[in-house]
Amino acid sequence: MLQKRVIPCLLLHKGGLYKTQKFKKPTYIGDPINAIKIFNEKEVDELMFVDIDATTQNKEPNYKMIEDIASECFMPLCYGGGVKNIEQMKKIYALGVEKISLSSSAVLNPELIREAASIFGNQSVIVTVDVKKDFWGKKKVFINNGAKNTKLDVIEFIKKVENLGAGEIVVNSVDHDGEMNGYDAQLLKEIKSSTKVPIIALGGAGNLNHIKEAFEITKVDAVACGSMFVYQGPLRGVLISYPPYQKIQEILGNK
Amino acid sequence: MIAILDYGMGNLKSIYNMFKKIGIQSVITSDTKTIKNADKYLLPGVGSFDHGINSLKSAPFFETLEKEVLENKKPILGICLGMQLLTNSSEEGKEKGLGWIDAKTIKFDFEDKSLAVPHMGWNSVCPTSQDGLFKDLDENRFYFVHSYYVVCNDEANILGVTNYGANFTSSVHKDNIYGVQFHPEKSHKFGMKLLKNFGES
Repeated sequence: MLQKRVIPCLLLHKGGLYKTQKFKKPTYIGDPINAIKIFNEKEVDELMFVDIDATTQNKEPNYKMIEDIASECFMPLCYGGGVKNIEQMKKIYALGVEKISLSSSAVLNPELIREAASIFGNQSVIVTVDVKKDFWGKKKVFINNGAKNTKLDVIEFIKKVENLGAGEIVVNSVDHDGEMNGYDAQLLKEIKSSTKVPIIALGGAGNLNHIKEAFEITKVDAVACGSMFVYQGPLRGVLISYPPYQKIQEILGNK
Repeated sequence: MIAILDYGMGNLKSIYNMFKKIGIQSVITSDTKTIKNADKYLLPGVGSFDHGINSLKSAPFFETLEKEVLENKKPILGICLGMQLLTNSSEEGKEKGLGWIDAKTIKFDFEDKSLAVPHMGWNSVCPTSQDGLFKDLDENRFYFVHSYYVVCNDEANILGVTNYGANFTSSVHKDNIYGVQFHPEKSHKFGMKLLKNFGES
């Protein structure tokens, strides 16, 4: 039977691996290649890397680093950050990456989703939606690392990118990022009940129960986690970890 | 030397990376001479059936490959679309497949609409034989991404079965010809072992 996926999501910043809280306070975690080697050993389901500098600094994706990461990554790999056109996507897929996540580009140039899906296949094109409460407490789509409010309605936007051919949607809650208090269940539930495209929850997981709740209550298709797999204990000591396969299966009732 | 066939389809680098990791020599190539001299072939593939089969059949090395596989019986392993190309036809397209395995490729069609298509993620494979590709693999966990699957006309060609909604054939073989629907190059130690088995067989 098909297993529920639990995906570590790692942030690239200044050439290293960092973790943020509410998209701020980037804290150094370690060397990306070293982290991949550990995640390889732990047999993680999939890995997601997001370069949080590329869009805000208007830089090209760091192909050398992506290549280094891909050559060590023996599980499915998703890259996001600063991807604006088909040519860049071609280059990135050729380096050994399966999935590319579009975020700011999905808002600014939604046609790229359609074009990319028709060339590379839907399953290779992911859209990451950064969701944050605006001044009035309404959840909106944000871009540029949570700095810019597009004022777009979250559900409407997800329906739109679903129709354009996005294979999966990562719903990333800026307000829950790094808080380790659980996912935004209410939002995820609402999204799942009004869309068909696979949804990956991101932002807020602090322990395996949060993951279990996300699958059971919100019915998301997969979960991604940052802090939970790079921090240990209440003081957030840096320690890269991933629960043993059997333990995940047991908790998620995959068997 | 294993030739990873470059006909413009698929994630060749990941396969190369894994062969490198397990210490098996491979080369990504579309060069006819290199392909003629290779010991084994890896037929990758991501994308649509018609585009895949047309690209493969129009590749300058195709006749050489056909001869090496069908006459000289050199082993070949098709991955994902590469496995589907080995069959006679696909519901995804109008073109004929290679027909090296007597099978057809059809689309997942479930009454239970909660089962998503594509079938994507980790699933287990139940091998029909503990020899060959699945030798010494006591756990068979592999990464899948596909919307179409293979149905063999001859049951003897089924090498592995996976359950998604119902059982489907996730691996095929016939003499020197092998196919896997999943991506061993993205399946950790399970994929490494399978590719090692292929490389060392």
